[in-house]
Amino acid sequence: MATSADRFVHRSNPIDRMGRTVVYTGELLRHPVYTRFLHWMVGIFFFLALLSGFGIYLPWIFRFFTPLFGGGATTRFLHPWFGLAFVFFFALQAINWLQVMRWTPDDSRWMKHIKQYVTRSDSVESPETGFFNAGQKMQFWEIVGGCVAYVITGVIMWLPEIFGRILVAISYVVHDISALVMLFGIFFHVYLSTFGEPGTIQAMTRGTVSEGWAWTHHPSWYKAVTGRDPAEALEEAKRRNTPPPLPPRTL
Amino acid sequence: MSDRGTLRIQQISAHPGPVAGEGVQRQDKVCKLIDTTTCIGCKACEVACVEWNDMPFQTTYFDNTYQTMPDTDWNYWNLIKFNEDQHDNGSFAWLMRKHQCMHCEDPGCLRACPADGAIVQYSNGIVDFQQEHCIGCQFCVSGCPFNIPKFNPNTKKVYKCTLCSDRVGAGLEPACIKACPTGCLHFGTKDDMKFLAENRASQLREVSGFQNAGVYDPDTIGGTHVIYVLHDATKPERYGNLPAKPRIPLSFTVWKDIFKPIGLFGAMLGFVGVVMHYVFEGPRREQPAPPVVRIDPPPPPAGKEN
Repeated sequence: MATSADRFVHRSNPIDRMGRTVVYTGELLRHPVYTRFLHWMVGIFFFLALLSGFGIYLPWIFRFFTPLFGGGATTRFLHPWFGLAFVFFFALQAINWLQVMRWTPDDSRWMKHIKQYVTRSDSVESPETGFFNAGQKMQFWEIVGGCVAYVITGVIMWLPEIFGRILVAISYVVHDISALVMLFGIFFHVYLSTFGEPGTIQAMTRGTVSEGWAWTHHPSWYKAVTGRDPAEALEEAKRRNTPPPLPPRTL
Repeated sequence: MSDRGTLRIQQISAHPGPVAGEGVQRQDKVCKLIDTTTCIGCKACEVACVEWNDMPFQTTYFDNTYQTMPDTDWNYWNLIKFNEDQHDNGSFAWLMRKHQCMHCEDPGCLRACPADGAIVQYSNGIVDFQQEHCIGCQFCVSGCPFNIPKFNPNTKKVYKCTLCSDRVGAGLEPACIKACPTGCLHFGTKDDMKFLAENRASQLREVSGFQNAGVYDPDTIGGTHVIYVLHDATKPERYGNLPAKPRIPLSFTVWKDIFKPIGLFGAMLGFVGVVMHYVFEGPRREQPAPPVVRIDPPPPPAGKEN
C-alpha cells in the first residue's frame, strides 16, 4: 500500500515529526512517537477501566480489584473517567490510523486464507499483506464500534435520572457485552505482539522493526517502503545466512 | 441503620457464598397495610417520617396540587400522592395514596446491586440499604419497579424508606403508623394484614358499592410487605403510576445471574486459545529462521550388550 508507506517514510504529517526514533541499520521505521504515545495511553486507560470495571461486573469473583482503586465507591467514581480517557486517546489514534485501516480487496483475500495464517503453514505472510493485515484491521474496527457502544451506554448509566430505568437496564447489558468482546480480543493482541510473533513489540517501544520482520509479516509494506521484492530479499538473506557444513561430530 | 441483634438477615446483595445465620431463627413476616379508602391526605405520616429519621429540612415548590413535592427524595421517603380522578359519569374523586418503598419479597434493587452488603433483606421481609457499603452506581434505581431509591449527589449514596427497621427491630411500629389519625395505616404480620385487607375489600364491594375494590399485593415480585386496599384494584395506575404488574428488568435477573459468568468464561477462552496456539502451533519467527543444528544422541558403546 503505497499511500501508507509514503506517509511514514516522508513523514509529511507534522504531528509524526514529533519526538525522535532511532532507526539502526537493517531496521525500518514502523510507528512514529505520536502513534506510540497514543498506543500506550490507550493501553494504560484500557487496563485501568478493565480492572475497575471487573469489580463492578462480577464482585463475587473480582472483589480483590476494588481495593486497588480505593474501595467500591471510589472504583465506581473513577471507572467512567478511565473509560472516557480510553475513548479519548483511542479516538485520536483512530483519526491517526483512519487511512491505513481502510478495508481493501486484499484484506478480503487475506481473510479467505486465515486458516493458513493460524496454522502457520506458510513461513511468511501472503505477499499482498500491507501495513496492517486484515486481522489487525478487524480488531481496530471492533474497538471503534465498542467505543461508540461504551460512550452511549456509559453516559446513560452515568445519568440514570435523565434517561430512565429501562434504558439503563438495556445499556448495562450492551456495555457488558462490548467489554467481553474487547477482553476476548485483547488476548490475541497481546499474544501476537509478544510471544506469537517475536520481534513485534519493539514496533511500539522503540518504533522500529527489523527488515526480516517486515518481509515476513508485512511483505507488501516492505516492498512499498524499500522498493525491493520481499521474496527476493528473503532468498538473498537465506543464501547469506546458510552456515558452512558442520564437521562430523565425534564424542 | 438497624439493630443486627434482633433482625436476622435473609438476603445480601452481591454477596459471595451463603448468608451467615440465614434461617437459624424463624421470624414473622411483617407488613404495612394502607387503606387508601380511609386516607384523608393529612400528611401526618410524612411529618412523622421526616421527624423520626431526623431528615434535614428541604425546600419544595408548589405545582398546583396538594402534593408536598412531585416525587419522593433522598431525604423525603414518604409522600402522599394526590390524584384527581374523574369517573365515567363526570363526577370526581380524590385518590390519595401513601407512596413509599414497597419492601418487595423479591426486591429488584437488591438483585440489581453490585456492591456486597449494600442492600439487605431481613427475614421479616424488610429491605434495607446499608449506605456504608453503597458505591453509588444507582443500578438499584433502574432495578426498582416503583422508582423508590433516590440518589444524594452530595454523599454519592442512595437512600430510601427503611420501614423503620430500627423501630421494628425494637418491637415498635413504624413512625408513619403511629402518626396516622384515621387508622388507615396498620402494621402487623403479613398474614394478619392480608386478612384485614381482604375483609375491608369485601366490605367495600358488598356494603359501600365499590365493585372493583381489592387488595394490591402484586405476585409478579413475590408479593410486597406494604399492601394497599384500593377502591378499584383493576386500575392501580390511577393511583399515581402504581404498576399493575411490576417487574424486575431481565438484565438484572437473567443477564446478571446466568449470562455474566458464562460471558466471562467465553472471553477467557481467548486466553486459553492463545496459550494453546503457542503450545500446538508455535510462534511465527521472522524469516529466514535461525539455522537448525541437529545433535544426534551418541551411539551406544560397542561390545557391552548382554
